[in-house]
Amino acid sequence: MMTALLIMAGIAVVLGAALGYASIRFKVEGDPLVEKIDAILPQTQCGQCGYPGCKPYAQAIANGEADINQCPPGGEEGIRHLADLLGREFKPLSEEHGVEKPKSVALIDEQTCIGCTLCIQACPVDAIVGAAKQMHTVVEPLCTGCELCIAPCPVDCITMEPVQETVETWKWKYPVIKIKEEA
Amino acid sequence: MIHSPYIRKPASVSSVMLTVLLALIPGIAMYVWQVGAGILVNLLIATIVAVAAEALVLKLRGRPVLLGIGDLSAVVTAWLIVLCFPPIVPWWITVIAVLVAIIAVKHLYGGLGQNPFNPAMVAYCAMIVAYPSLMSQWPPAGGLDFQTQLGLILGGMRDIDAVTAATALDAMRTGLRTGAGTIDAVMTQPTFGTLGGRGYEWIALGYLVGGLILLFRRTITWHMPVAFIVGLASTACLFWLFNPAQFASPLFHLASGGAMLAAFFIVTDPVSGATTPRGKLIFAAGIGILAYLIRAFGAFPEGIAFAVLLMNMCVPLIDMKTQPPVFGQRSRKLP
Amino acid sequence: MSARLFSFHGGVKPEHHKNESAGSPIRPAPLPTRLIVPLRHNTRAVAVCRVEPGQTVLKGERIGDAEGVLGTAVHAPASGTVVEIREHPMAHPSGLATTCVVIEPDGEERWVPHQPYDHLASDRQSTLNYLRDSGIVGMGGAAFPSHVKLGAGSGIETLVLNGAECEPWITCDDRLMRERAVTIIDGAIILFELIGARRILVGIEDNKPEAIAAMRAAAADCKAPIEVVAVPTRYPAGGEKQLIRVLTGIEIPHGKLGGEYGVQCFNVGTAHAVHRAIRHGEPLLSRVVTLTGNAAQPGNYEVLIGTPIADLLPLMQPKPGTDRYLLGGPMMGFALPDLSVPIVKGSNCIIAASQALFPEPEPELACIRCGECARACPADLQPFELYWYSRSRNFGKAQEYHLFDCIECGCCAFVCPSHIPLVDYYRFAKTEIWARERENTAASQARDRFEFRNYRIEREKAEKAARLAAKAAETKAKLAKTGEPVAIEKGGDDKPAVSSDDPKKALIAAALARAKQQKAEVEARNTTDLPPETAAEIAEIDARRKSLDLSSKATSTASSTPNQASPPSVESKLPQANDAADSTGTAVHVNEERK
Repeated sequence: MMTALLIMAGIAVVLGAALGYASIRFKVEGDPLVEKIDAILPQTQCGQCGYPGCKPYAQAIANGEADINQCPPGGEEGIRHLADLLGREFKPLSEEHGVEKPKSVALIDEQTCIGCTLCIQACPVDAIVGAAKQMHTVVEPLCTGCELCIAPCPVDCITMEPVQETVETWKWKYPVIKIKEEA
Repeated sequence: MIHSPYIRKPASVSSVMLTVLLALIPGIAMYVWQVGAGILVNLLIATIVAVAAEALVLKLRGRPVLLGIGDLSAVVTAWLIVLCFPPIVPWWITVIAVLVAIIAVKHLYGGLGQNPFNPAMVAYCAMIVAYPSLMSQWPPAGGLDFQTQLGLILGGMRDIDAVTAATALDAMRTGLRTGAGTIDAVMTQPTFGTLGGRGYEWIALGYLVGGLILLFRRTITWHMPVAFIVGLASTACLFWLFNPAQFASPLFHLASGGAMLAAFFIVTDPVSGATTPRGKLIFAAGIGILAYLIRAFGAFPEGIAFAVLLMNMCVPLIDMKTQPPVFGQRSRKLP
Repeated sequence: MSARLFSFHGGVKPEHHKNESAGSPIRPAPLPTRLIVPLRHNTRAVAVCRVEPGQTVLKGERIGDAEGVLGTAVHAPASGTVVEIREHPMAHPSGLATTCVVIEPDGEERWVPHQPYDHLASDRQSTLNYLRDSGIVGMGGAAFPSHVKLGAGSGIETLVLNGAECEPWITCDDRLMRERAVTIIDGAIILFELIGARRILVGIEDNKPEAIAAMRAAAADCKAPIEVVAVPTRYPAGGEKQLIRVLTGIEIPHGKLGGEYGVQCFNVGTAHAVHRAIRHGEPLLSRVVTLTGNAAQPGNYEVLIGTPIADLLPLMQPKPGTDRYLLGGPMMGFALPDLSVPIVKGSNCIIAASQALFPEPEPELACIRCGECARACPADLQPFELYWYSRSRNFGKAQEYHLFDCIECGCCAFVCPSHIPLVDYYRFAKTEIWARERENTAASQARDRFEFRNYRIEREKAEKAARLAAKAAETKAKLAKTGEPVAIEKGGDDKPAVSSDDPKKALIAAALARAKQQKAEVEARNTTDLPPETAAEIAEIDARRKSLDLSSKATSTASSTPNQASPPSVESKLPQANDAADSTGTAVHVNEERK
């Protein structure tokens, strides 16, 4: 009886030591989960989720503070990926955070722009160039379509233009599976 | 919108299945000639049950019923089940076996093309485990008239010992294990013919002819039958050379039991089998070797069904490890 | 002499249907009323337009300049007037529009001045540039620029001339070889001299005996080491890599060009175009197109690039029952989404399709893993595995099974007993994977830029704080000089950062004040003289901005890096006091700094 107890205690001590050692030796810097979540998020940096950027939202998801269905640009597919990664149930996009829209980029009406630079400051990815009292313009390939520049514009000269499909970006449709229902 | 290619070869799943059914005819004809027409009754029962079960499940799954029945895959499964079973099994065994194959093994896994196991072989294994004695009663060749067979199938008349005999494989096992003597001594029993079971050798020949038709029509490739036969025969040969008195000859193993049926019709099932050329060789050879080991050392006289299921489990691994090199990967220049 | 032939795995033998159009000689197609010349000839490159509406152009005049590595020039196929430059549907399964130059021909066929080019007297690079500016691209279908191919690789041993034409129905190369064998061989010799190859192999499928005879006769008359080889008729023997394999035994892996393996392959049509460009100085203006299918008068026509397909259809007199038109062959072509689409350099065949010739596929059944597709695949793939993964959108796995090695030849779908449109699944998966890669690149770029912006904002804040501290210290110092001892006790912390008598700091302070004043003025000016509605609007916007400001401040504090000692700005500009002016042009310099 005593021997058994000693052996069990001994094993516990050894394993505990091994685990303790491993936790120090193989410590992972940072939180890989946050990185993984961040990789799924679309990096629009639009803040529609209620967090200032994709990384903070990823952090919030990892901490369990935010739900996975708060990202409209990521859409349903993004939620599915997050659900897969985190082993949670899929849920539809929460409506209070917005709706999924086709990818758009901002377009500044160059006739109306007064050169106030407010949109330049609002842009989370520095995709707008221009100088004070000079016309501004959007660097289209860099624009994430976050719409954050629309609100600050004092003359409302920014509109969102859906991105047009080109031959390079055109995609084949998923083949429709035809099952002829019996007559 | 339909995209290219706009032309297609006139081939279909139903024509493939029909070829398989036609190729089974020589074997069935031999069966009727040598053993009796009882097998036809079971074939009929199995076909009806299989089609009905298929239709029912398709209906339940909301799939097009006529399309699903039209591919004839259920009929092929049904025929293979009956041909593996003793021809005089009671009708309800056939019914249960077909239901197990169609509903549990095929459709519960997603229907045609999705089943990881060979439906006929699962049905065989389930039945031989559940009803070992009924599944071991084989009529001797030419020993029973149609009336008796019909009675056995439909009426449940079971005067077992009076009408049935052990199969060649069974007799061989029992003979050797009970120490009745050497191979030669055992082979003198009336059950045995020249190579395998008396009469049943002819049926094996019928399957061989059907298999050659399939090969000729390019419905199957040579890989699986050859690998299976080589696997079975070479393992048998090894033991036979080691001790010819205690282990039967390779020819005996090829001619008896379901070896020929398996080589051309069961092992070659594309759905549950390996698909790469090298994978096919490994898969079929594995079945041959396992089948011999189960026959020689296992608890059941016939081991092919278990061997098939065991190798079915290895298929994903085999396929993954035997991917052929793609164009340009082999080498820069072939001599 | 006879070379040993090799074989490629798989392939299929569809009914070849060449006889419908092979007997009819090449005839010139009538000049259309309008030529619609796309500036884009393949999916990769667009030429830069150099004409304006209303301008008169001569035949062969360059209307588009080559841009980018894969660009080639575009020329006016006939003399006339540029009517407009507009978006027009292009010869692509999507039917999407591309920029086209619309020319109204005047029917006078006035040529731009041109003369032969002596490629032997010029250096290689200028000849390649000449070919690029003559608009020479591969005529086999993909329209890959020939000068790029010629420029790749050195030590080429074999020049392969592709006259296999393996797709059913198409006979344009067949006719070209029968009628213009001498010019093709001459073009091949020019290519041969350009790449310095040691031999020329011409591969022609053995169902074209007349073409083989004509080419052999032409080859016999010249000194170059040319061999015309009849290759077994098996689709896709005319695939570039398959033909190279058959003729030389060399297998070129996916993503590699033949040049790396000592082989270079050109279509017979390309050789013909090279001949016209070098010997006659004519850019690529027309090509031979087969018109066939469900038609009363199938035939081959020399068609100007830019001719709308609708204008060609009357030439073949489609029979009743024609329900769509295919561009290209039945194995790899596509149904035209729009008949106003113009002929481009890669268009080789138009097929009038009817239900009788090209019936609807039977309903798709489940895959039974029969392996027929794997036996037919000329790229040695496992098409059913690719199908499985593409269908379930498991794109990673699909790529592991070499999805991108698929040449979309259609053999697998041709043989499939379950009638699965296999190639559609691969095309879907391929474009989907490309789209994802684009999205990922864009996302990681956005992430980097966002993170850098946050860092920049933090840094600017820190710099500003330092400046303010310095200013405070200075004021204290001044006060101290005038005899106030109190300040010394207070600002002890800031001392080491600031040298007490820095005249610059005073200047900065002055500038700050000025700038602040200016800012206030600017804002005031903005909002004066406004109607009350606008003023109200601005007030509303201001409120919104304020709330945004607050939240963004919250952001930056939340994600602030405590690295106060961040390196000073490289630009080390004088501090900008005005917040607005601060971010001027940051989008540009930020990235430079990162590098």
